[in-house]
Amino acid sequence: MNPHDHPHDHPHDHAPIESPADAAPSYYEVMETSIRELLVEKQLISPAEIRHQLEVLDSRTPALGAKIVARAWVDPEFRSRLLADGRLACEEFGITFYDDTKLIVLENTAKVHNLIVCTLCSCYPRPVLGLPPDWYKAKPYRARAVKEPRAVLKEFGTEIPEDVEIRVSDSTSMMRYLVLPRRPEGTENFTEEQLAALVTRDAMIGVITVNPVN
Amino acid sequence: MASTSTLGAHIVKAMGEEPAFKVGHAVRISVRYPVGHYRVPTYVRGKCATITAILYSGVNNEDEGFGKNVGAKAHYYRLAIPQKDLWPEYAGGATDVLEIEVFETWLERTHPL
Repeated sequence: MNPHDHPHDHPHDHAPIESPADAAPSYYEVMETSIRELLVEKQLISPAEIRHQLEVLDSRTPALGAKIVARAWVDPEFRSRLLADGRLACEEFGITFYDDTKLIVLENTAKVHNLIVCTLCSCYPRPVLGLPPDWYKAKPYRARAVKEPRAVLKEFGTEIPEDVEIRVSDSTSMMRYLVLPRRPEGTENFTEEQLAALVTRDAMIGVITVNPVN
Repeated sequence: MASTSTLGAHIVKAMGEEPAFKVGHAVRISVRYPVGHYRVPTYVRGKCATITAILYSGVNNEDEGFGKNVGAKAHYYRLAIPQKDLWPEYAGGATDVLEIEVFETWLERTHPL
């Protein structure tokens, strides 16, 4: 609806707020809608199945990844299993890999900083982090993360010393990557829950580090 | 490739059952431009790389995506390429690397057997 279709009984001088939902659908949105409606009409899939799959996606958020990271920080044996086979270790938490991808967990150390990207499309560890942020799917990040990772990191406020190796992982097909950030100093007495609260999505993509606690 | 099974019998494996390359091997990524659902970004084609891990043998989705050789599996590797080899103007540490996964079908030997 037009933003000014509502009764004008209150003063306001703001510009009308444009929601993307009001914009005309793009070519691919029209194609997706057409195919979806056809599949439903032909009874190949049901609206309930589509809704269920959206629930699957919505049930995955960076909070899951943060719990995995916090457990790895406090439990060295779990950390070893996580680094050996990321998917198996996550499945211990009941996290399913509904897209049948495998997971490599990349550990940041004093000598190596990891960054993940998908130059071809938008491969992302969705089972453990949910949907990727828009910038992760956008061409500038995808093109630049592999070519000038240090400049990209700087734009996120992350300065990695020259003698620390930057290891960029380009996800191309069946593997997904999750960065295991370094546990910040000053968290020796933190509970697992308090640690998990420090771990953000961007730290598990590798564009930032987890900041030391004062 | 031959090996001895736990039964003591001499088992001869078919070609392709075992990965052709080992961790630490140097390989070159092919320069090819097939029509299809290829998963090798053009910026790494023709580059030399070192194998850092043999991931598994899985369905080659490059063929699968086009309904060819349905179910055919291929060995799948993780490779490391020095950033300075990818981008001559690369600004950053000499040890910076790019790691990427590639099916064996794209890998060439850099030296004779």
